[in-house]
Amino acid sequence: MTPLLEMTAIDKAFSGVSALVQSRLEVRPGEVHALIGQNGAGKSTLIKILTGAYRRDGGSVIFDGAPVNFSSPRQSQDAGIATIYQELNLVPLRTVTENVMLGYEPRRWGGFIDWRRAHRRTREILDGFGVNVDVRAPLERCSTAIQQLVAIARAVSINARLVIMDEPTSSLDDREVDVLFGVIDRLRRNGVSVLYVSHFLDELFRISDRVTIMRDGRTVGCRPIAETSKLELIADMLGRDAEEIRSAGMTGFGGVHAASGERLLAVEGAATLNRLKDFSMDLRRGEIVGLGGLLGSGRTEAAKALFGVDRLTAGSITLKGARVSWMSPRQAISAGLGFLTEDRKSEGIIPDLSLRENLTLAMLPKISRRGRIRHDEERRLVERFIRELDIKAAHMDQPVRELSGGNQQKVLLARWLALEPELLILDEPTRGVDVGAKAEIQRIIRDHVEQDISVLLISSEFEELVEGADRIFLLHDGRTTSTLRNPGVTEDMLIGAVAHNANEASVQDGQ
Amino acid sequence: MTTRGPFDLDLRHMVRGDTQMIGVWVALLALIVFGLLRYDNFGSSYNIFSFLNYNSMFIVISIGMALVIMTGGIDLSVGSVAAFTSVCAAYLSPYGIEIALPGGMAAGAAIGGVNAFCIIAMRIPPFIATLATMLGAKGGALVISGAQTVSVDWSSNFTVFGMGKAFDLVPWTILVTLLVALVAWAILEHTLLGRTILAIGGGEEASALMGLGVTRAKTFVYLFSGACAGLAGVILASGYGAGQPLEGLGWELSAIASVVVGGTLLTGGLGSIPATVAGALLLGLVFNILNFENGKGTISLSAYWQLVIRGAFLFLVILLQSQFRSRPNAPR
Repeated sequence: MTPLLEMTAIDKAFSGVSALVQSRLEVRPGEVHALIGQNGAGKSTLIKILTGAYRRDGGSVIFDGAPVNFSSPRQSQDAGIATIYQELNLVPLRTVTENVMLGYEPRRWGGFIDWRRAHRRTREILDGFGVNVDVRAPLERCSTAIQQLVAIARAVSINARLVIMDEPTSSLDDREVDVLFGVIDRLRRNGVSVLYVSHFLDELFRISDRVTIMRDGRTVGCRPIAETSKLELIADMLGRDAEEIRSAGMTGFGGVHAASGERLLAVEGAATLNRLKDFSMDLRRGEIVGLGGLLGSGRTEAAKALFGVDRLTAGSITLKGARVSWMSPRQAISAGLGFLTEDRKSEGIIPDLSLRENLTLAMLPKISRRGRIRHDEERRLVERFIRELDIKAAHMDQPVRELSGGNQQKVLLARWLALEPELLILDEPTRGVDVGAKAEIQRIIRDHVEQDISVLLISSEFEELVEGADRIFLLHDGRTTSTLRNPGVTEDMLIGAVAHNANEASVQDGQ
Repeated sequence: MTTRGPFDLDLRHMVRGDTQMIGVWVALLALIVFGLLRYDNFGSSYNIFSFLNYNSMFIVISIGMALVIMTGGIDLSVGSVAAFTSVCAAYLSPYGIEIALPGGMAAGAAIGGVNAFCIIAMRIPPFIATLATMLGAKGGALVISGAQTVSVDWSSNFTVFGMGKAFDLVPWTILVTLLVALVAWAILEHTLLGRTILAIGGGEEASALMGLGVTRAKTFVYLFSGACAGLAGVILASGYGAGQPLEGLGWELSAIASVVVGGTLLTGGLGSIPATVAGALLLGLVFNILNFENGKGTISLSAYWQLVIRGAFLFLVILLQSQFRSRPNAPR
């Protein structure tokens, strides 16, 4: 079978630093092709060269039988390559139809846009996906999943031959992922190829036909997914031996330990105006308590209620036996809490500030005297954490935006650890970081729990919860629905409990 | 992390934001050298002092504006506030500069307080809120002055501030401007408040989640900007011997231009006080040099044309900056 896309011996360097060395990629017609690798392996660069966002230094690209050299994303789009970015490039205030058709609207005589046909065509495509939305509604009223599907609908409407998806499921819950995969399957059957970039290995086995693995700017392997295993893929990505990894144990926060300490935190029937309706839990000193549930179940909202971001409208929070009601995160912090947000980009890092400044932001009051920052102490502290957490940066004054995702996450983690909190709330601590950094972050957390920090762990990865938490509280629709106690919890049990909570729901125009 | 040796000096933490601020220093230096070579009296103490004296108002306003912009906000009211406080200061002039100076600054800070209240408590976007106070202060200045310039009391020491020299050496205005710049710089580089100001501009939500005093810092920048505009008004009244209710037109735009030329991002989160001062000096210097050029008789440009040239120059500097900034970074 002639491949639809053939990239061979691609070289690319940025100001002398090689990003891609002799890398290659081959996608066949009508296949779902996964592209994996750690952060910095060169996936994004390769894709940007394909779409014309970057120009290659060497190598050749053959698309649909002809050599191509796109100089702009628009050119590649016209040739039939559509890209759906991690951060969706859509116009939230305009209607679904406009977002699907923008730039390619059907015209009537005289060049006027034929809105009736545009709406009809959009509805046809989305109906074909099994999604029922009001195409005349502004896009911002749709859920993230629907927005994602709208982006795909746009690709379909311009008759794309190859659809590139960059981490399409990172903000979707399980049901939404199912719908997305249904759509991908439909694309495949219609002969459209999909290039699928994801950190979630489980997904690849569900959806893709073949997988290309990249490491350090090189293509290190390409094989049918049916003939490989998760462990092999991880080994390839990390450049290690599969057996070595198997024996070392890649993930998890380590052994579950019995927590018999005093009760640190208790929440009774907490409710906020922000989707939290009836949330109860408790946590003992030295314990890791997991908070699970589907996206939109109120996990993050529960954390925000605990941290004083959202005010309680009902219920109570008790810390060390005393009732508390914080008006702001500031009060929660001084009471000994820390909160690592899931939204690293908009709620976590301050991109233009340096690594040093980002790391010490939350603890500035501690290292200032009468409002004046003690710079020497600050630098000493930052140096210590860079060493302890093995943060990779040119120097501590480097703008944090230049760091990789995993290192940014470590900076944020250090920000809270430096405060020596009693209770650290971790919301998706390993989301969007590569496998290596993930294991490191989990090790750091484990080390600090042993040093008597309690952790409330929020995760959408069941594996992380099962292996990491002593007890797991499950949420659905803003209410605590069940509690599971380790040891003995399995991933299947957890999934079963979550599914039981959610079985009546289905993907619709969620808001 | 590479370890840094004691002699491996890293300028980055001394001059925040590095590359995009190079433009303003290069341009400023070039203009100064050009002026020194071409005009005989350019480097005379008379020209230097009268130049700095005149521009001290704009520098002070730009410094206040810089802090506001670093939080991601904007203060359009500064020009009107300066006009308003120049009238206030003129009325207070019989009591001497000891009263008129703090009085004028307090009047400015009060309007800054209104700005802060509207923006923080009432959640009105800074652009709209300060547009409203800009009109209000303008009206206020016209009302209390009867739309006339208000003469100051020449018998008190009020005009000494705007016209005289401290210890017969340096004009008072320059000294005060330097002091304001120093205070703003120290706050920004050395205090929790300064770090908070930059953090807010980089991400307000993130800053709040870190327990930073977001409300306090935002209140501070608008109060500070108001007080700076108030000071500019006092300098205006003291230097011209009259409260000027009709002055201050477009000053907010000059201030914004200075801040931007100084490399501060309009979206906030990044900026520098020395570079802002350099930006204000640069824009003033363009006028100064055109005046010299007119004096030489080689060209004859009206004030209107000077504005056009200043605009073109502004464009050039910003172009230069974006060139520095858009150098490709290494990919992640």
